[in-house]
Amino acid sequence: MAQAGLSYEQAPPVSVPFRFFLTAPVFGLLCAGLLVWRGPEVFDSRWMPAALGATHLLTLGFLASVMTGAMMQILPVLVGAPIPAPRGVARLTHLALSLGTLSLAGGFVLLQPTLLRSAVVLLGAGFALFVIAVVVSLARVRAWNATVGVMWLVAIALAVTVVFGALLAASLGFGIALPTGALHDLHPGWALLGWVGVLVIGVAYQVVPMFQMTPSYSDKLTSWLTWAIFAALVLWTAAKLALGDAGEPLAHGLALAVAAGYATFAVITLDLQRQRRRRLADVTLDFWRVGMVCLIAAACCWAARLVGIEGLPDAFDVFVGVLAIVGVALSVVNGMLYKIAPFLVWFHLQTQSTGRGTVPHMKKILGDDAQRTQFRVQLVALALLLAAPWWTPLAYPGGLALAASMILLLRNLLAVTRIYREVQTRADLARDTI
Amino acid sequence: MASIEAFMAQDHKACDDRFARAEAAAGKRDWAAAASEFAAFRKAMERHFEMEESVLFSAFEDRTGMAGGPTMVMREEHEQMRGVLAMLGEAVEAHDADEYLGQAETLNVLMQQHNLKEEQVLYRMMDEHLAGEADTLLARFADLETG
Repeated sequence: MAQAGLSYEQAPPVSVPFRFFLTAPVFGLLCAGLLVWRGPEVFDSRWMPAALGATHLLTLGFLASVMTGAMMQILPVLVGAPIPAPRGVARLTHLALSLGTLSLAGGFVLLQPTLLRSAVVLLGAGFALFVIAVVVSLARVRAWNATVGVMWLVAIALAVTVVFGALLAASLGFGIALPTGALHDLHPGWALLGWVGVLVIGVAYQVVPMFQMTPSYSDKLTSWLTWAIFAALVLWTAAKLALGDAGEPLAHGLALAVAAGYATFAVITLDLQRQRRRRLADVTLDFWRVGMVCLIAAACCWAARLVGIEGLPDAFDVFVGVLAIVGVALSVVNGMLYKIAPFLVWFHLQTQSTGRGTVPHMKKILGDDAQRTQFRVQLVALALLLAAPWWTPLAYPGGLALAASMILLLRNLLAVTRIYREVQTRADLARDTI
Repeated sequence: MASIEAFMAQDHKACDDRFARAEAAAGKRDWAAAASEFAAFRKAMERHFEMEESVLFSAFEDRTGMAGGPTMVMREEHEQMRGVLAMLGEAVEAHDADEYLGQAETLNVLMQQHNLKEEQVLYRMMDEHLAGEADTLLARFADLETG
């Protein structure tokens, strides 16, 4: 008998996701600091140590942190698969990933092999623990649904990303010869197009119709898109590894197919949102739209690179990277935080409370104005960072704008946790006086 | 043979429609429209809860012997939603748009994650365990008081 997990008790304690959510803007702030410190160097080319440091502060420190915390929250609730020992796994994963990210970024920026070596160990251990916990949880699922399938793909893509990343970092840190130069493309490919991209699509299938009451994505699309992208990534990897230079045309063709898949997803998402039944202004919606526009732009630019348009400068690659990481991923994740964080606080307080009306509603937990201000500052940061590859001194104002945005985001998330504590304390006091 | 999942998911959509109309009216501070749209929305929600609690959940619990399982959690979430619906009603009466929109935002997330769990897990279990009875059960909705 499939004992499906719909129970609140299976949801992890509120500290599990929040530990990760609160860390994210701190790493965003560190990245901003690096931009201001190293300035133009960060945008010179994707190979600059400062660029690698900044990239990983965002992808590991911000994106992976929130996504890890959110998956620990989502799995038990949505697919009925509790993560084993959630508190312990969350604490250890969080510690290993945070220290590992600091170590990796420090290793790149300061050119310290020792730091890169410890990063390989810490990040390897942290992600291994997380992936094992996710796999154990998914293996317990007995009622298969589309979300369960996507979560499997995401877990595999993350594992592949980490293995490729560890090999790259180990080659720098331990001086081990790199098995193949293709890893320089395979690692970011699996990270952004596998782990981040497939997770964004899988989450979109659920939350885009939910939040704005749009029509659903068609079953036709949801039944094949993520699998097709994943299969294309596998074949792309095989072509690069097994065929070498001879495989380049095939690899380019597959990469173009992946770009087309993501562009299609973004166009469909924007179209569904256009048909939304809830018409009121919403910051999460605006973050999603910015993300989807950037996704279309990133896919088109990347396709231009793949078909071999002559004379594209190095700055073009950095530009595509900023589009994908800051434009798409950061926007979507930032927007999602504004729904997940207030709702989780409301839900946990509501479940503990006895009296009606004692728990503030979501907009009292985090008001629209506070979200809107941060959204606008983040847009300024995005615009400056997109321009910076073309005129690198813009790294300074871009870094300052990103710092402002991350401080506002941190302030907003702290306000949410403060309300949680206040209401909880009030409830405890009320209980004591009875 | 009817599918419980298809029928009930359709009813979720119908409730969503009513929710969106009431929220839009409150957003425009058109309180006459908001009052009638909200009343229709609340009625649709009550009827949906009733279909589940009096007919489907009871049948499922009888068949599987799982009274403390997923249906219990769904009943608890119905109570949470009833609580928010009551506060939405007060906001309409008080013509308090900010309060209405904040409660509506909360209800939407609560309602949607609830629907998702029902549509992806519970209704499917029902179609599996109550196969053959679906037509009879869905026909019983006509006898409910809220109809």
